[in-house]
Amino acid sequence: MNSQVLRLVMGRLGVAAVTLLIVSLVVFGATQMLPGDVAEILLGQAATPEAVAGLRQAMHLDQPALWQYGHWLWGLAQGDLGTSYANNMPVAQLIGGRLVNTLRLAAVTAAIAVPLALTLGITCAMYRGSLYDRVVSAGVIGVISVPEFMIATLAVLIFAVWLKWLPALSLGNDISSIGQMLRAFAMPVITLLCVICAQMIRMTRAAMISVLDSPYVEMALLKGASRPRMVLHHALPNAVGPIVNAVALSLSYLFGGVIIVETVFNYPGVARLMVDSVATRDLPLIQACAMIFCIGYLSLITFADVIAILSNPRLRK
Amino acid sequence: MTKDITNWTASDDCMVESAMRRGASRRELLRMFMAGGVAFAAAGTVLGRAGAALAATPVRGGHLIGASAAGSTADTLDPAKASAQIDYVRISSLYNRLTFLNGKGQIDMELADSIETKDAKTWTIKLKKDVTFHDGKTLDAEDVVFSLQRHLDESVGSKVNAMAKQMTGIKALDASTVEITLAAANADLPTILALHHFMIVARGTTDFSKGNGTGAFVLESFEPGVKSLMKRNDNYFKPNAPYVDSFECFAIPDVTARVNALISGDVHVAASIKPQALRLVEAAGGIDVVRNISGNYTNLNMRLDMAPGDKAAFVEGMKYLLNRELIQKSVVRGLAEIANDQPVSPSDRYYNPEVKPREFDPERAKALFEKAGLLGQSIPVVASDAADYSVEMATVLQQAGSAIGMKLDIQRMPADGYWSKYWLVAPVHFGNINPRPTPDILFSLLYTSDAPWNESKFSDPKFDAMVAEARGTLDEARRKEIYGECQQIVSDRAGTAIPVWLSNVDAKTSKLQGFETNPLGGQMGYTMAEHVWFQA
Repeated sequence: MNSQVLRLVMGRLGVAAVTLLIVSLVVFGATQMLPGDVAEILLGQAATPEAVAGLRQAMHLDQPALWQYGHWLWGLAQGDLGTSYANNMPVAQLIGGRLVNTLRLAAVTAAIAVPLALTLGITCAMYRGSLYDRVVSAGVIGVISVPEFMIATLAVLIFAVWLKWLPALSLGNDISSIGQMLRAFAMPVITLLCVICAQMIRMTRAAMISVLDSPYVEMALLKGASRPRMVLHHALPNAVGPIVNAVALSLSYLFGGVIIVETVFNYPGVARLMVDSVATRDLPLIQACAMIFCIGYLSLITFADVIAILSNPRLRK
Repeated sequence: MTKDITNWTASDDCMVESAMRRGASRRELLRMFMAGGVAFAAAGTVLGRAGAALAATPVRGGHLIGASAAGSTADTLDPAKASAQIDYVRISSLYNRLTFLNGKGQIDMELADSIETKDAKTWTIKLKKDVTFHDGKTLDAEDVVFSLQRHLDESVGSKVNAMAKQMTGIKALDASTVEITLAAANADLPTILALHHFMIVARGTTDFSKGNGTGAFVLESFEPGVKSLMKRNDNYFKPNAPYVDSFECFAIPDVTARVNALISGDVHVAASIKPQALRLVEAAGGIDVVRNISGNYTNLNMRLDMAPGDKAAFVEGMKYLLNRELIQKSVVRGLAEIANDQPVSPSDRYYNPEVKPREFDPERAKALFEKAGLLGQSIPVVASDAADYSVEMATVLQQAGSAIGMKLDIQRMPADGYWSKYWLVAPVHFGNINPRPTPDILFSLLYTSDAPWNESKFSDPKFDAMVAEARGTLDEARRKEIYGECQQIVSDRAGTAIPVWLSNVDAKTSKLQGFETNPLGGQMGYTMAEHVWFQA
């Protein structure tokens, strides 16, 4: 069993490396197609032809596109993410602090979202059709239908502007105590919960219902197993595959998709860094961010597959 | 107390305050009150309050937090490259210039002790003594020479490269004297040196991440796109200033988030309040609005070298078709002054009040379009969010056009890449020009035959000669006369329709005092950190 998992993980790593290479090529190509380059953007309206030419030369932007890509790839192979065009700082240094912020926000959100979503999803499946189920399902549909910028802005208006309980901004790097962390993270986390929980709850509910309907579960019930035992011991293991995949997909959103939350709360994470870097056509930074999102996504999916295989005796031979 | 005054808002308070600072007469102030529908008795209280705000004495201490509008990972501490609002805020706190353009539009000496010239071509600059950089080094002439010469090196990517090129000779005469020789006489050099990009750095600096300047604050930490932290420079050469102990600044690009942060007390200053957020600010208590009548404008450019702008009647017709009052009242909700199709703003000391804005006159426009033979044709007008309010202005224009049978086809282009692809290129398009400190810069940047940003391709040898003459003469009265005439020529004949001056509006907590307006931009020309204090 272990060797099978190992083989799967190794295989996935190989595929991941190829995927990353393709993604970097596509991102590079897309960046080349954007109007203007970093020299023109940095000079803005002051971009006279001579000034642009001078700056391009200083940044090696006058080299052929493939040379630039090769140069970046060669640096990456040696573990060098390159230097930002826009402000001459090492990309690793620019990303470092922000990646920590993104991961911290993602971790806090996931730690609340996953148990909450699973509990709600499973209990809804158990009491299918009851008032509880209908209230939760309707609530979930309602929350997912409201765009997150609306939830975020409403939260700021209520908790920061009117009640003045929480700060309107969430500057992730001033945190030194649990209390401060709660205050800083409360609103971004609530907003993100609204966005990512809905899908998890609905998928969990659906997967559980299909398993609870199967004859062997009924058999367990008829044999006198208690309801919790029936659900957790007999039904859940068979529903884990689809649930874990839904969880992984929802969590992958926490890497690149949190741009709106980062903007509204002025939270310095990687998603805004990527948008900034696209705006300035800062290629090394764009590439590094794209790689991070891609790696995050691939590892979550791989993790979900491994769990699904381990939980299913038919898949683990 | 303003609650019971109809039609009177916080921004009007500011207008009165800034008018008093400019030295407005009692009669002018009364006219403002009349326009605002304020009874004489109520006017007294507003005047009293505005006067009190001016008379307060500074207090030391406190931690100032300012939120600017734009910032990104391209944030820089290199004065030559500054481009986003927050870059200006930071460099203005860390460094100093040789000269400083004050709130009244006059030149004060900053690092320079005196600037003298006989022919406006060779300038001798004496530096202040005993000014030190944050690292302890004393300022000398070589630092100034290095700081100015950097702009000539194209690999630096300086924003003022074109402007610096006129300085053909920059040399140190002794430790505290610099001589600048210009390619041609330019009486505006002291004002040019007051531009933010000409901040003085220590000689030989290539790594600007330390922010080592002579300025009011010493850099503690700087994270591009996140925030900067600075503490008071105890060795600052100006007596008493700065008043706050430390200064923290960052950008909140979203205007609603910026206003919310101010109302909830997370920041003390929120820059660049947009009209749609103004009500939110004014409804909250304890917040003042500071309105800067700036030289920023969004204009309609009609290229005179191609159809349809090559017909003078079309250009004039479009100027009459612009409903300036509607743009002022509805598009920017009052945060603007009506402009007269020329680039020198009312806050400039060379502004010519004789040049009147054109009235909205669709019938006259119709006659002019008929004369040009263009009535009934569809004319493409390029607008974009890149040029503030241009899409809304285009819509106002389109509706006025459709009423007289002139079809204007608005082509809305993405903000990304607008400046390189459409601006200066399309036959009829919108542009946006930031404030510049002198008429000479405006005219030679935008209207002379060889101007790099000649938006309408206006060309007139006589006009070129007038601009050159004014630049070279040191006689103030003569300069005023020439610039007045230039404004009339541009308003009459150039293909640029300038409907309104956009005001820059900052909001601040009422506890913060000493916050004034400045012709170089919002947040006191970005130097607020050095000047403000918290009310005890």
